[in-house]
Amino acid sequence: MDEFVDISLTLNGRPVRRRVPVRQHLVDFLRTELGLTGSHVGCEHGVCGACTLRVDGRAARGCLMLAVQADGCSVETIEGLTESGEIADLQEAFVARNALQCGFCTPGVLITAAELLGRGQPMDRAAIRAFMSGNYCRCTGYQAIVDAIEATLRARLERAASTGDGGR
Amino acid sequence: MKAPSFRYVRPTSLEEALDVLAQADGQAQILAGGQSLMPMLAMRIAAPEILVDINRIPELAGITLENDLVRIGALTRYVELEKSSVVAEHLPLIARALPHVAHVAIRNRGTIGGSLSLADPAAEMPACALALGAEIELVSKSGVRSVGAEDYFLGLYETARQPDEILAAVRFPAARSGSACGFYELSRRHGDFALAGAACTARVEGGALKDLRVAMFGCDDRPVLAKKAAAEVERRGTSPEALAAAAEVLAEDVAPTDNVNGDAETRLHYAKVVFRRAVAMLLESTRG
Repeated sequence: MDEFVDISLTLNGRPVRRRVPVRQHLVDFLRTELGLTGSHVGCEHGVCGACTLRVDGRAARGCLMLAVQADGCSVETIEGLTESGEIADLQEAFVARNALQCGFCTPGVLITAAELLGRGQPMDRAAIRAFMSGNYCRCTGYQAIVDAIEATLRARLERAASTGDGGR
Repeated sequence: MKAPSFRYVRPTSLEEALDVLAQADGQAQILAGGQSLMPMLAMRIAAPEILVDINRIPELAGITLENDLVRIGALTRYVELEKSSVVAEHLPLIARALPHVAHVAIRNRGTIGGSLSLADPAAEMPACALALGAEIELVSKSGVRSVGAEDYFLGLYETARQPDEILAAVRFPAARSGSACGFYELSRRHGDFALAGAACTARVEGGALKDLRVAMFGCDDRPVLAKKAAAEVERRGTSPEALAAAAEVLAEDVAPTDNVNGDAETRLHYAKVVFRRAVAMLLESTRG
């Protein structure tokens, strides 16, 4: 018999309260309970990265956290990041460079890439690949993904250098 | 791939957590960063009656430097270690190992105490603890005890921690001037489990290595100090030929078996490669 717990969290900037089974992981909660299907369920054991979302400002595997653990946390999904426009430039670069085909990995890839961009540090392609190594893509061969991230990072750093605003 | 049913407890103090463990009769599992336990639950390798989530116990996290010892709370996440100036300055071996620990999203959640508690034979932190001669603090209702890393790792996923104990912290000796370290890991892809790895420390005196400690990981059922091979390095010197000859002794230190990463012979070869490269990196670091 499943145990249930009441949780309240901030989801994409809005308060949410729900009663969850304690064994349910965060992605299942978001998808089945809240209808936010942008976070994908791939391997369900932390390897593929398709469920990557943001918890308290940092990228995390949604399948490696219980929903009950998000109690009191701020959770952001691809829906929230898209809505806020935070990664609009990155998403445009993904489209421009064909950095996705089937799109299954893309939400997770974008959230990991958003964390890379958020550091505001110059990175070469090898460093970008190492940073992105926890997100599997079975279509693109990664080349175009690295292209898109590299181009967005360069554009943000150039913009930051010219305006001195840190690229945000 | 869904976790089995369990009772979920989220204590907010160490005392409360110890009470739960004391009453659980060995049927509780501690949830820290969850980056290994959650997959084990999903695959039903782990099926505890009670899950004790220690993530809301603030006293378990944090990094402090006191009297040449760096004390790291068990709940300190890899990302905190990466950002820590204390770690960068006083624990250069850990700093070198961190980029090899899984991937960014995992490092954002995973904890040092979780890694030391799970004792995966291919993990980086247990090997670093062994190379540095760390002391592991285990707390129970009856008090605190410290166990040296050499007595802590007992076998495959097996440690000296008892079911009623919580690993509260790990204490590392801060690096001294004149000491050096090296770290090398072979993996199929950045962040994947190590095929084999070596973490080493030594004092450098007049160009020679003293007190060389090389902890091998992914080479046996637990992290292992390559004592015989390290003694050979001290005896033979540090030329590439001497290191290669010393590495040949590794079969007396580690006993890899056939597994998915290769047969025993192949894995022993990996061990020799990472031994040589880690010691070479240590030497390289002393040449500034």
